Amino acid sequence: MNKNNKILIKGGRLIDPANKLDDIGDILIGAGKIIQVGKDIKVNSSLVIDASGRIIVPGLVDMHVHLREPGRKDKETVASGTKAAAKGGVTSVLAMPNTQPAIDCPENVRLLKESIKNSAAVRVFICAAVTKGRKGEELTDIAKLKKEGVVAISDDGSSVDCDKLMLKALSKAREEKVLVICHSEDKGLSKNGVVNLGLTSTRMGLRGISRESEYGRVKRDIFLAQKSKARLHIAHVSCRESVELIFQAKKKGLKITAETAPHYFALTEDSVLGYDTNMKMNPPLRGKEDVAAIKQGLADGVIDIIASDHAPHTKNEKDIEFEQAEFGVIGLETELAVSARELVHKGILSWPQLVEKMSLNPAKILGINKGTLSLGQDADIVIFSADKKWKVSEDNLVSKSKNSAFLGLDLPVVVEYTVCRGEVVYSDEVYRH
Amino acid sequence: MWIRKDLLGLEELSKEELELILSTAESFKEVSTREIKKVPALRGKTVVNLFYEPSTRTRVSFEVAAKRLSADVINIAAEASSARKGETLIDTGRNIEALKADIIVVRHNASGAAAMLARNVNISVVNAGDGWHEHPTQALLDIFTLKETLGRIEGLKVSIVGDIAHSRVARSNIWGLAKLGAQVTVCAPRILMPPGIEEMGARISYDIDEALHDADAVNVLRMQFERDEQKAFPNQFEYLEAFGVTQERLKKAKKDIIVMHPGPINRGIEMSSEVADGANSVILEQVTNGIAVRMAVLFLVAQASDSRKTEAHE
Repeated sequence: MNKNNKILIKGGRLIDPANKLDDIGDILIGAGKIIQVGKDIKVNSSLVIDASGRIIVPGLVDMHVHLREPGRKDKETVASGTKAAAKGGVTSVLAMPNTQPAIDCPENVRLLKESIKNSAAVRVFICAAVTKGRKGEELTDIAKLKKEGVVAISDDGSSVDCDKLMLKALSKAREEKVLVICHSEDKGLSKNGVVNLGLTSTRMGLRGISRESEYGRVKRDIFLAQKSKARLHIAHVSCRESVELIFQAKKKGLKITAETAPHYFALTEDSVLGYDTNMKMNPPLRGKEDVAAIKQGLADGVIDIIASDHAPHTKNEKDIEFEQAEFGVIGLETELAVSARELVHKGILSWPQLVEKMSLNPAKILGINKGTLSLGQDADIVIFSADKKWKVSEDNLVSKSKNSAFLGLDLPVVVEYTVCRGEVVYSDEVYRH
Repeated sequence: MWIRKDLLGLEELSKEELELILSTAESFKEVSTREIKKVPALRGKTVVNLFYEPSTRTRVSFEVAAKRLSADVINIAAEASSARKGETLIDTGRNIEALKADIIVVRHNASGAAAMLARNVNISVVNAGDGWHEHPTQALLDIFTLKETLGRIEGLKVSIVGDIAHSRVARSNIWGLAKLGAQVTVCAPRILMPPGIEEMGARISYDIDEALHDADAVNVLRMQFERDEQKAFPNQFEYLEAFGVTQERLKKAKKDIIVMHPGPINRGIEMSSEVADGANSVILEQVTNGIAVRMAVLFLVAQASDSRKTEAHE
């Protein structure tokens, strides 16, 4: 479709938390921008989308996605990962740097940018590594990376173990106004663990990953953020103590934000008891009390955002002995639907609150001008139906890998159109009408 | 009635299923006392022993059990491949299935290996020990021996002593005994006591004398120093001192306390020789009963498969 063509989306429920909008209305898009928002817009446009009975929201911003480029195109590519994003209503992703090689220097950023330019279906922002090779030994050149357009740094998959180095990274990031994202895990404690430590690890005869290995490191990271006055974002929070620590830190006025992923509030450790490797992720699925605390944290605003931690792995890496299988699950295509099912349908968040957690808040945290339906904004828009169901199966996932924790589940949200930069990048022919 | 394709662990079994295995084993025990120690129950069936860990007694016990049921037995001593090189467990299982075998008896160092194999083949899988997870037939033969010796399980006080953290035998025993109404005490050095034991239905003790006091039976686990990652004990003599079952300690316990051990025994480490060979020991009876229990398990899973096939044809 030509960028300059106009699209009119008519008669849907417009939810735009940035403008405190939740009302039936129309949106007119032209030249890749939002031109008009209101009631009964009448204009000649090349495409009219009847959105009656549908919900229209700003495109989702998923700030925790592993696109696997460069190096592991067998798991996922920029093309396949962003196609999955579009199908899930995600129009902006933050690509994590634990690739092969890691995104730890301007050359590698350019390598990724080239691939994005050639093949991305939605917007891809880049997160670079904190340390060279993600080894936790030597800092990357944060200033240079920033000049290449990097919006955040993280050694995701690992924590920077050395306090002094982490403090230096935070101070430098503060100078350069780059966000630091922490994978808070003390591997000294969690080493070789594969499931939640406790009854689950004992029952399964597997080594455990304690909650302490997470919250102990969350505590340190908060302390270092306070000391350096840097902005810190804590990735994939999974346990109750972490939620409490973040609550306390926010109360003190620290510039800390926090994230969780749908599997941490939709599933408990009971799901892993059958040794299904699609239930193996790091941090691991936790107990009922943790799930309750995560949900409460989302409701209270302690947890600011939901991200998928989309982590594709091939069948060969998953269909093996549990201990040896890779950690991680895909989630771009299911995150909106799972979140709706667990949070909106269960009365924990309203629709506008959910949209805030999945679009506006991550955009604010990353400092990118996204997540709103304001006039003049880039037209990144999702139209979905909240009263239809679909069943997750390997056949209907477009990600290159099929390692979803939600296979076989009926989900209550069907994305019908995803518009990015004013173009329809995904439309669901099967479920529409 | 037994309808399961596989036997993967005792955790998922009901009390009735446990009792069915035990009563079936009782009727099979007599076979081993006959002049011709064979019944035709599994004639024409093929049992494959797929062992990724060295094991003599369990493998031989399964082999004898299968042969006394007239099955053909194939033993495969497999090299636990590092998953990314060599054939995967699933591929190996599918190849065995393609050979038209009927039952795979699998021993593997990875917890969950038997469950994974069972999910990926249509033939029966019997878990002969997976990592630290479960060793159901060992616990069944322990329970069978207890019942045979003491006449019941309900209400018995059974202590399990040793490296609980890394013991599949302990886990299977806890599940099985608790379901059948025994009072289970688990005794280990703190560092070898895994979390969640009480939620599994057992009581915790850190004092061997306390655990032996009042017990009707004690099951002594093999202390595997080669697997002790945490170096809980500097040497084996300290272990005997702190947790070993000795004649001296037994004197303070019930006079007719039953002493069990899954073997192989480290004499002088977890148990002294006098105890192993003493009047309270039923260690060799356990070995004999292992055959009857494994015959029962092989018979039940084979029968369930046959009735599934019949149903499919109807």
